[in-house]
Amino acid sequence: MDAIRTEQLTKHYRVGFWRSRPYVALDGLTLDVRQGEIFGFLGPNGAGKTTTLKLLMQLIYPTSGRAEILGRPVGDVGVRRRIGYLPENPYFYDYLTAEELLEYFAGVFGYAAAEGRRRAAALLDEVGIGAERRLQLRKFSKGMLQRVGIAQAIVNDPDVVFFDEPMSGLDPLGRREIRHLILQLRDRGSTVFFSSHVLADAETLCSRVAILAGGRLAAAGQLTDLLAFQVRGWELVVTGLTGVALEHARAAGQVVRATPLGDEHYALELPLSAAPDRVLSDLSAHGARLVSLNPVRETLEDFFVRQTAGPPRDRGLDTERRTEREHERRSEN
Amino acid sequence: MRVISHVAVNVFKESVRDKVLYSLVGFATLLIAASYLIGQLTAGQDVKIIKDLGLAAIATFGLLIAVFIGIGLVWKEVDRRSIYSLLAKPIRRHEFIVGKYVGLALTLLVNVAMMTVAFYAVLAYLNTQFPETVRAGWPAPATDPGMLRAIALIFIELLLVTAIALFFSTFSSPFLSAALTVGLWVIGHFNTDLRNFESVVESASGAYLARGLYYLLPNFAAFDIKTQVVHALPVPPSYLVTTTAYGLAYIALLLSAAVVIFERRDFK
Repeated sequence: MDAIRTEQLTKHYRVGFWRSRPYVALDGLTLDVRQGEIFGFLGPNGAGKTTTLKLLMQLIYPTSGRAEILGRPVGDVGVRRRIGYLPENPYFYDYLTAEELLEYFAGVFGYAAAEGRRRAAALLDEVGIGAERRLQLRKFSKGMLQRVGIAQAIVNDPDVVFFDEPMSGLDPLGRREIRHLILQLRDRGSTVFFSSHVLADAETLCSRVAILAGGRLAAAGQLTDLLAFQVRGWELVVTGLTGVALEHARAAGQVVRATPLGDEHYALELPLSAAPDRVLSDLSAHGARLVSLNPVRETLEDFFVRQTAGPPRDRGLDTERRTEREHERRSEN
Repeated sequence: MRVISHVAVNVFKESVRDKVLYSLVGFATLLIAASYLIGQLTAGQDVKIIKDLGLAAIATFGLLIAVFIGIGLVWKEVDRRSIYSLLAKPIRRHEFIVGKYVGLALTLLVNVAMMTVAFYAVLAYLNTQFPETVRAGWPAPATDPGMLRAIALIFIELLLVTAIALFFSTFSSPFLSAALTVGLWVIGHFNTDLRNFESVVESASGAYLARGLYYLLPNFAAFDIKTQVVHALPVPPSYLVTTTAYGLAYIALLLSAAVVIFERRDFK
């Protein structure tokens, strides 16, 4: 059983006041997230990440398609007992203290008052909220609210946790602590589904990712596959390379870029078309010595940019035009 | 029920930490106390004036609390997005609406009780200021427990106002909710005129429309028995029972409508 499964999940909104027109926020998202994995849900602002999370929390209803969590429909109250959710830029009741908020939410999950207090105290310790826990939340900074938000998302020891931009508003130390917490959750057996546009977080944490662009799934898979997927060239580091030999290699189109690292010591970027052993042999003939040779792989950031590049997709919903475009796209493929 | 009580307690907590509430209750208590001074300006009418003013203060400030807290109950949660974390938990949307309503009803109960205590305290003090011979001429004792019947109906009326405010706040802005709630409250106090509309107009369709509105709109005038209790006029228990039942039925209808709207709502 998958932790999360969506099939052709679609959400249209009507935008505009006077002559309102439809807007496609999410377009046919099909996704599966396995139990126990950390799944990164990536995409630029407006890609549809938060819309997806709201659909999974049933804060909004889909126009079409379906979604399941732990094999049950998303609206099922039994499922909600087993999940946790941190909204983007969370805001809580500012008249409550952090302690009271967690105790309130623990009560909603059915924990007795004493157990609620125990959980609140332990979780606030875990997310690094100290004596401030007795202050009203109106006095909390954005980063502190984010920590409280993370604590409330795991107050029920959830099987699946949804974090919408969990690192938002945190300082570098806070980000490291939250990364550690996410790994701990995974080690305890929880599935973590988090959306982010901070690619470094996904690179550090995720076993699999999905990239969303313009409301559509642009790519999904294991991070290693996606990264390995495109080798865009080679990085050759040599020493003893003379200026004449470098110019010769450049003229032959064997070197795209040369970065001096020291006296006659260079990092050379070779195009994908170049055969690195032949270039190395040519350079060695001019007295250069090999230090290292590595393939230059596409980083997640490059992948992200490539997937989301190009003119913005028209997300209006003129059914006829969209159907025509779909046909064109399919025939091109 | 457990979830509803948690939501209700949270609303109560929010209300009692709201400075606006304290200002309203403080001002109402002050007005009730001041009615003692106003009463002294009216020769021989002291008790009646204090009773009139006291009951009017309880009704008016209760209305302000019901409207101004009621309209923000749902809207604030949606606007500030605190509802996102809550609805992702094992709570059904109707439990949220009912919990919010019960919380505000509890707040109103406490506030009306506080104002009632202040009201009776002023009347008890007044009672000590007059000799037995004067007191014997009053239509009812100063601290007549019969006035609690009027306060009970004021409370039911406030519960109805709260349900209206909550209903509007499930789909409109606070300003619009306040305008619509107060508008309905005003119309509801002149509801009897709608019933008698047919005697002053010749148009049959106009008369039907007025009659339809009479049955559709809440009849707030029915909850007002202040004059009767102040003058110690009889109020049959059956009237209290039917009026209370009418109020509760209307509240149930409004809450059901609020739940239907809220169940379908997208929180963008």
